[in-house]
Amino acid sequence: MNRATVASSRARSRSRLATSLLLGFALIPATLTAQLAVRADTLYTMAGPALVNAVVLVGKDGKVERVGPAGSVRVPRGYRTLSAKIVTPGLVDAHSVVGLAGALNYNHDQDQLETSDPIQPELRAMDAYDARERLVAWLRTFGVTTLHTGHGPGALMSGQTMVVKTRGNSVAQALVDSATMVAMTLGPSVSGRFSGKSPGTRAKGVAMLRAVFIKARDYARKRTEADSTKRPARDLKLEAVAQVLDGTLPALITAHGISEIQAALRLQREFGFRLVLDGASESYMLVDEIKAAGVPVILHPTMIRNTGEARSATLETAGRLRAAGIPVALQSGYEGYVPKTRVVLFEAAVAAANGLTREQALATITIDAARIIGQDRRVGSVEPGKDGDLALFDGDPFEYTSHVCAVVIEGEVVSEGCH
Amino acid sequence: MLRHAVVPAALVASLAASAPAQEPPLVLRGARIYPVSGPVIERGVLVVQGGRIVAVGSVGQVPLPAGAAVRDLSGKVVMPGLVDTHSHIGEGDGGDRSSPIQGDVRILDAIDVRSDNVRRARAGGITTVNVMPGSGHLMSGQTAYLKLRDGRSINDLLYCHDPLTEICGGLKMANGTNPRGNPPWPGTRGKAAALVREKFVKAVEYRRKLELARTDSTKRPDRDLEMEALVQVLEGKRIVHHHTHRYDDILTVLRLQQEFGFRVVLHHVSEGWKVAKEIAAAGIPCSIILIDSPGGKLEAADLRMETGAVLDSAGVLVAYHTDDGITDSRFLLRSPALGVRAGMSRARALEAVTIAGAKMLDLQNRIGTLEPGKDADFIVLSGDPFSTYTHVEETWVEGRKVFDRASPEDRAYATGGFRLMRDYEAGDDDDDFGGER
Repeated sequence: MNRATVASSRARSRSRLATSLLLGFALIPATLTAQLAVRADTLYTMAGPALVNAVVLVGKDGKVERVGPAGSVRVPRGYRTLSAKIVTPGLVDAHSVVGLAGALNYNHDQDQLETSDPIQPELRAMDAYDARERLVAWLRTFGVTTLHTGHGPGALMSGQTMVVKTRGNSVAQALVDSATMVAMTLGPSVSGRFSGKSPGTRAKGVAMLRAVFIKARDYARKRTEADSTKRPARDLKLEAVAQVLDGTLPALITAHGISEIQAALRLQREFGFRLVLDGASESYMLVDEIKAAGVPVILHPTMIRNTGEARSATLETAGRLRAAGIPVALQSGYEGYVPKTRVVLFEAAVAAANGLTREQALATITIDAARIIGQDRRVGSVEPGKDGDLALFDGDPFEYTSHVCAVVIEGEVVSEGCH
Repeated sequence: MLRHAVVPAALVASLAASAPAQEPPLVLRGARIYPVSGPVIERGVLVVQGGRIVAVGSVGQVPLPAGAAVRDLSGKVVMPGLVDTHSHIGEGDGGDRSSPIQGDVRILDAIDVRSDNVRRARAGGITTVNVMPGSGHLMSGQTAYLKLRDGRSINDLLYCHDPLTEICGGLKMANGTNPRGNPPWPGTRGKAAALVREKFVKAVEYRRKLELARTDSTKRPDRDLEMEALVQVLEGKRIVHHHTHRYDDILTVLRLQQEFGFRVVLHHVSEGWKVAKEIAAAGIPCSIILIDSPGGKLEAADLRMETGAVLDSAGVLVAYHTDDGITDSRFLLRSPALGVRAGMSRARALEAVTIAGAKMLDLQNRIGTLEPGKDADFIVLSGDPFSTYTHVEETWVEGRKVFDRASPEDRAYATGGFRLMRDYEAGDDDDDFGGER
């Protein structure tokens, strides 16, 4: 399929053709990382109002060099030029399990939840990430360039998360941030998974978390004893919890129901960690409390099923949180069956039709998502010095019938052809 | 509410015209109308009376009946009510775990028509639905064709009048990995096909005995509920709705169809794009599930958004379904829209959630287009049917409004949140999310 309005400039096509003829196909990937100019009828920089008839230049280092009106930005010689009706920053999926969870959904590609123990914050995401998983490529074709992924919901502490770009043949090539948050879950979904060790009730789950936080606080204090003989042996689990307590790693707490959200806020007050609420399908009933706590929300996918813990989810929650001034991002989330991953572009689209403006919805999957995962200095908006990550569309990004026609990561065109 | 008599299509128009006017006719005027049976009408008029469509046309060209209630729908879009060929709304189930083949089981005996997801379906603009038992059996039971009238019991929603004398749905079958297991479930694909063939061979024999009994009633076999259903299948009166994903499983269905001559609709067809020619040559329609990413299981790993376009251009009749709760009834229109994104024409995509589905359920004489004489099942949209920003504002079944976004209660079913207070009051603690189907 090729209904692209995205087109290489004629000069670029010629030179690329010459390259192919003279030097063969093998050299083409190297040319893709050359300097890039992207022309947009409308550019949503997410760092100010949308620009009409704009140009973005991405330099050799993969960083944005210049952004401005076409009339004032000269495209240097040798830059490959792409054009599109609408250009946005590369999309940021604020919470995913992709790469740990694969498309096939069998044991061998499901690493998002270890069930030997309900508290395992020491599990690192990078030790389980498959950069070549087909779902990573799938998300990339729909404009997603940055993924906050890792251990999933379902355990009191399931492990750590990380931030990657949706490219590379290995986690090392994809990695942006190796340890981003510790994933925690409150509520009935934790029960029954961990043979003999599961909390049987909501209250028991909270008690188990409080106990480990207190233990880790002790551990951290003793590790700094002046007398080295009094220091406890290194403990990876308590070390990770201590990093939550000292603010190095925010607690990403999946909490859907009113009582779970309140428990998360209560834990945050008691231990003073940095809290990011996740899922939060009943958060619209607690807007004042969440706002007062100054806690951001990575909201469930807009189209999450109205069943189980998310039975009271609404299509309008992102709009309600945003209206209250609560920072909100959207996520692809975790799916036990299908779709094995959701696509944040589609989730934001439905939010845009249900209470968010187009730019607010775009913010939930670009700059606001980047801020919540702590990567707004690199991604989430199109500004000089930031990563040259772009998504090129042939129409309104949120229309079902529009296409993503090219995706750029750090100046490299990683997806071409309209999807 | 009262249901309308099922009458042959040829009689419908004359009956509608001569029906005693217990209600004044309703005229909906000014909307952009997609009749699906013909080109779009920019400023249309739809005239409804007695539960049926009396006239469809352009403003100024359709005579307005005397005494009509006239509503102005300028700026809105009107199209036929949506047909969902494959859904699990109503909390029903079919066969149990006793056997992989249970053609005698009727899902109509297990449907709760007051369920929340029935109301969500109305909020999504769905007016006709094929409610299916699951895919964990080779044959999980008889499906039910429902009209989503605002009724109190299953009888109010069934298309058929009398389940004892009429066929009220199709027959659900499945192959591939879902209906696999320990005996008596099949462990391999070969065994699955053999079990199904054995059952159909038995049905052929049963039918032969019934034929012999026509002249000699002493030869009449004992009643067998499953055999009766399968004879209906063999006679083409009951349509097989067959869950199938992988290309070779699709071909297996075609092979069995050729052997026994039944009518079948292929459902899901994740790899249908790989065997479009074969499906087209067999003349078998396809009802597609469109999922936001491939996988969930190996046999769906090659699912593509292009399947609808590929099958359509090969000449296959194509519909989209929700498989609710796999996708949500409120988002049925999203599937053909994404089909358009992946190359399908807008016209075919509209047919794929209206008349194409109606044909797959043998209901094309009653529903699926806006034509005089057909049931007055239609939806009012705020904008283009394939736009993300469009909402279903009203859903009408047989001339009665069954969903109105302007009503706060109905709106809660469109946007969500309807369960919150009620569930807390009832102490409902169901924990059914994320389960494997």
